[in-house]
Amino acid sequence: MTAYTATVTVRLKRGVLDPEAETTQRALERLGFSLEDLRSADTFEIDLDATDEDDAHERAADMAERLLANPTIHDYEVEVDQR
Amino acid sequence: MTVAVVQFGGSNCDRDTVQALAALGIDGELVWHEDGLPPETSGIVLPGGFSYGDYLRAGAMAARSPIMGEVERAAAEGTPVLGICNGAQIGCEAALTPGAFTTNRSARFQCEHVHLRVENADTPWTERYEEGEVLTLPIAHGEGRYEIDDDRLATLAAEDRILFRYCEADGAVTDAANPNGSTGNVAAITGDGDHVAVMMPHPERVTLSDIGPTDGQGVLRSFEQSA
Repeated sequence: MTAYTATVTVRLKRGVLDPEAETTQRALERLGFSLEDLRSADTFEIDLDATDEDDAHERAADMAERLLANPTIHDYEVEVDQR
Repeated sequence: MTVAVVQFGGSNCDRDTVQALAALGIDGELVWHEDGLPPETSGIVLPGGFSYGDYLRAGAMAARSPIMGEVERAAAEGTPVLGICNGAQIGCEAALTPGAFTTNRSARFQCEHVHLRVENADTPWTERYEEGEVLTLPIAHGEGRYEIDDDRLATLAAEDRILFRYCEADGAVTDAANPNGSTGNVAAITGDGDHVAVMMPHPERVTLSDIGPTDGQGVLRSFEQSA
């Protein structure tokens, strides 16, 4: 077994309204920043022991499917690094 | 025979719901989620509140608690299930009903009265109303914006699975009357069978005649047949 950190990033699908991101963008603009758009995402860093990178990836993807993301509104991606 | 009102950590409309059911002569029972459904369960309410602090997403944690497997099996066997507010979020997270409830368009928690148009009066939850009738119910939520893609919304509408839409006092379904930005102004839908329903507004808060209007009674009275 090898120690990995799987990083799961969950973000709203393109086209799904993100009121928190819009509010954050407006706050940045009030501070004088100029920006075109802002999107927010949640990241989860999961430490796990796995037989190889594929195994770690598969398990983290399963976690995203079962809980971390809601497929109705979210897309997600998984990145795996040795820890 | 009893209506099980499931308490999760952070539920806070559970006792109101039991009291509202009692006022209608319906036996309701608080059921702590770890205790499982009692054998005499004839109906289930997933009540409002903030189960597990809305961590991750509203309803996400409760939807994956063991009792929800029992709720899904009971629903599959025809037991009526009603999710109210946080219970609606739990119902969608558990895939008892399609779509998802997420952050209000305003990005704020909203606590106010809204008008609802009865879209389909041919379900156990709405048969005491007339199609097109306008009800007034309270909402109290920060994540009540119903999200579903356009194709699936069209399917829901075609299958008559939309129970209520947010509307003006005269019944017009407008964007201005949409308190949270819900797709299609949808406030309540049914699951695979019409004995399973979720709604963001609170019928149990407008049921007791001694504290005001009683527009929500019709929804809860659907449990009369089962309890």
